[in-house]
Amino acid sequence: MFEVLGNRFRDIFAGIRGEVRLTPAAVEAALREIRLALLEADVNFKVVKAFVARVRDRAVDRKVLDSLTPAQQVVGIVRDELLALFGKQRPVFGATGRRPQVVLLIGLQGSGKTTTAAKLAHWLRRQGRRPLLVSVDVRRPAAVEQLAVLGSQADLAVHDPAERESAAARARSAVEQARADGFDTVIVDTAGRLHVDDVLMSELDEIAAAVDPTERLYVADAMTGQDAVKSAGEFHRRAAITGIVLTKMDGDARGGAALSIVAVVGVPIVFSGCGERLEDLESFAPDRMVSRMLGMGDVLTLVERAEQAAAGQQAQPAGGPAPGGDFTLEDLRRQLAVIGRMGPLDQLLGLIPGMGSLAAGDPEIDPRRMARVAAIIDSMTREERRRPALMNGSRRRRVARGSGTSVEEVNRLLKQFVQMRRLLKTVRAGARGRRPGARGLRERLRIPGAPGARR
Amino acid sequence: MALGPGLRDRLGAVLRNTAARLGRSLDAIAGAAAGNEGAAADRRATADSIEEVLLEADVGVAAAARIMAGIDAEAAAAGGPPLRGRVRREMLRILSAPPPPPPVAASPRVVLVVGVNGTGKTTTVGKLAALLQREGARPLICAADTFRAAAIDQLAAWAQRAGVDMVKARAGGDPAAIVYDAIDAARARGRDVVIVDTAGRLHTRSDLMAELEKIRRVASRAVAGAPHDVLLALDATVGQNGLVQARQFLERAGVNGIVLTKIDGTAKGGIAVAIACELGLPIRYVGVGEALEDLLPFAPDAYVDALFTQSW
Repeated sequence: MFEVLGNRFRDIFAGIRGEVRLTPAAVEAALREIRLALLEADVNFKVVKAFVARVRDRAVDRKVLDSLTPAQQVVGIVRDELLALFGKQRPVFGATGRRPQVVLLIGLQGSGKTTTAAKLAHWLRRQGRRPLLVSVDVRRPAAVEQLAVLGSQADLAVHDPAERESAAARARSAVEQARADGFDTVIVDTAGRLHVDDVLMSELDEIAAAVDPTERLYVADAMTGQDAVKSAGEFHRRAAITGIVLTKMDGDARGGAALSIVAVVGVPIVFSGCGERLEDLESFAPDRMVSRMLGMGDVLTLVERAEQAAAGQQAQPAGGPAPGGDFTLEDLRRQLAVIGRMGPLDQLLGLIPGMGSLAAGDPEIDPRRMARVAAIIDSMTREERRRPALMNGSRRRRVARGSGTSVEEVNRLLKQFVQMRRLLKTVRAGARGRRPGARGLRERLRIPGAPGARR
Repeated sequence: MALGPGLRDRLGAVLRNTAARLGRSLDAIAGAAAGNEGAAADRRATADSIEEVLLEADVGVAAAARIMAGIDAEAAAAGGPPLRGRVRREMLRILSAPPPPPPVAASPRVVLVVGVNGTGKTTTVGKLAALLQREGARPLICAADTFRAAAIDQLAAWAQRAGVDMVKARAGGDPAAIVYDAIDAARARGRDVVIVDTAGRLHTRSDLMAELEKIRRVASRAVAGAPHDVLLALDATVGQNGLVQARQFLERAGVNGIVLTKIDGTAKGGIAVAIACELGLPIRYVGVGEALEDLLPFAPDAYVDALFTQSW
C-alpha cells in the first residue's frame, strides 16, 4: 500500500542522486515534490508542513551540501524523519501475567472492527493462545450475528449471552466465561461510533470500567483522508488507545492517514489487515515499511514469508533431493510451489532491495506464467522430471497436450532449465566461502538460478 | 427531485454542526485579508490559507489547484467580488453537475448501490427505501450481498423498519440471479423501484468488479435500460483514494451518482468535489445519521453555503 508513495520517493531521489553537488535550489525542488506526494497520499497537511520544514532544516546545511555524498545524505535525512513519523515498534500481547487479557477493538463505523476481531483471534490462536470473541455491538442490526457466523466458519469460540444486555454487561459476561473455561484472551468487538457522539463515547468508558482492557486497539481504514487525525485524536483522548490496526491495506490507498495518526496521536500501528481471508492480518514493523517505501527492500519480511512457506512444505511428503544432488525439474516444481505460497510475485520482488521498480509493470513477471510452468512439469512422468533428456518429440507433444500449453512452451521451459542447471553448476563452486547469513537466506529461498540454491 | 425547505434546513444544520466543531474559518481568513488584498505577498498568504482549508476538507491537490486557478485569474482582473464569494461560486460551479437525464418509463426502476467495504451501503439502501416511499414510490429491497456474514439479516432489519418488502438469496448464492428474481417479484407485486444492496468490494479486485458487470447484464435482460441508477456509496471520511474508487466503479459498474455517507462526523467529504470536478459525477444523496430518515437529497448550494458561511 505504501508502495505508490515509495515509487514517488524513488523518482524524486533519482532526480537528485545524479548530482555531484547539490544546490539549495535543487533540494527545494525535491522538497516541493515530496510535499505533493505526501498530500496526495492523504498525509495530514499539518504533518506535511512540519515534515517538510524539518527535512529542509537539516538538508539545507553546508555540512550536508558540501559533503562528498550530498544526495545520499538527503535521502538518509528523509528516511530518519519518516521513521520518526512511523514511531517505534511496540510488542503487543506481551506477557502481562494477568489472565485473561482483554483486547478492546474500537473505531468509526465501517472501519472493519468485526472482521479484524475474527482475524486477530485467528492470529492469536496461531501464536498458541486461546482467544474468546464477544460482540458488544447491540446497535447495528445483525452485528452480533456477523461475528457469530465468522466465528463458526473458522471454528473460533464466540461468547453470546442469550439476552441482549448492555455492551458493558456483555463484555463482563465474556470475561467471566473466559476465566471459567480457561481462555487467555478476550477480544471485545465494539459498535462503530462517531468520535463526536458523546453518548456512545461514554459507553466506551462503561465497557472499559467493566473489563479493564489490557489493549485498546483503534481500527482505522487505510483509505481515510484528512479527518483521520481528528477522529483518532478524539478516540485517544476519550479511551487512551494503545495501538492502531490498519485495515483495507489491499486497496490502492497510499496510507498517509495512518502516518498522520501515528505522528499526531503518537500511538504505533501494531497490525495491518490486507485481504478478506482470515489469515490476512500481519504484525506491523515501521522500519521495514520505511525501507520498502524508499526502495531499500524488505529482506526480513521476505525471509519470514519464506520460512512460513517452507514450514507449510514440510507437511507434505518429503520428495528429497534426487540422487547425486543434481538440480532436477522436481526441485524446480517444489520451488515454484514454495514461491507461490509466499505471496504474489510482484509483491515479493518489491521486498528485494532494488527490485521494487523492476516489478512494477513488467509483463515478464506474470504469476500465470508460473502456473503454466507448473502445469507442464505436472504433466511429465517422474522419470521425465528427473531426466529431462528423455523428452523427445512425441513426449513433448504429449506433455503440451496434457498441460494445455503448446510444444513451443514446453521446448522453452526445457531449454531454460538446461541453462539454469549449467549456470547453477558454475556458480555453486563460486558460492563457497560466502557469508553464512547470505547463504542461509539463499538456501531457504531456493530461488531457481540463485547461487547456492541447493547444496 | 424537489427539495423541501425542511430538508434543506436539516442538511444545513448538520453541516453547520460539523463546521462549528472545527476551528478554521474561511471568513476569518477572508476578513483578515480584506483590508490588504492589494499587496502581492498578502494575496499569496491568503491563497495559501484557502488552499489549506480545501486540502483539509480532502478536496485534494489537483481540484484545489483548479479552484485556486479560477480565482487567481479573477483576482488579476481589478474589482472582483470578495474572495469568499469567488471560492463559493467556483465550488458551486463544480458541484452543480448537469442533472441526470429524466428517468425512462421503465418499470420497475432498478437502483444498484455499490461501493468498497464499510462505506454504508446496507444502511443507505434501508434509508433510500424509506425516502422513496415518502415520496410516493413503492420500493422493493433486494439483498444481493451474499458474501459478508449476516449482511442479509442486517438489511432485513432495515426493510422491517422502513416497512418495505425484501427479496433475498441464501448466503453464498449468486447475486445476479437474486437481482433477476427481485425484478420478477417487483412486477408480480406491483412495485415500481427495486433497490439492490451489493456486497462491498475493493475497486482493485477485478474478479469482484466483474461480478458487478454480470449483475448489470442480468438486470438489463429483465428490464430495459436497467440498472437505471448506480449509486456509489462514498464514506465522507475517505481521502484521495475516493477518486480512484469513483473512477473504477464508473468504468466497471456505470456509476451515475454518489451517496456521501457519514457526513455527521467532522469529515466534510471534500473528495466528492474532486470527483465532480474530474469525473462529472453528481452527489445525489447525503447520509447524516443513523435513523431511518437520515438520508437527504443533496443540494449543492446548501452544502457550499453551510461550509462557507460558517466557521469551518
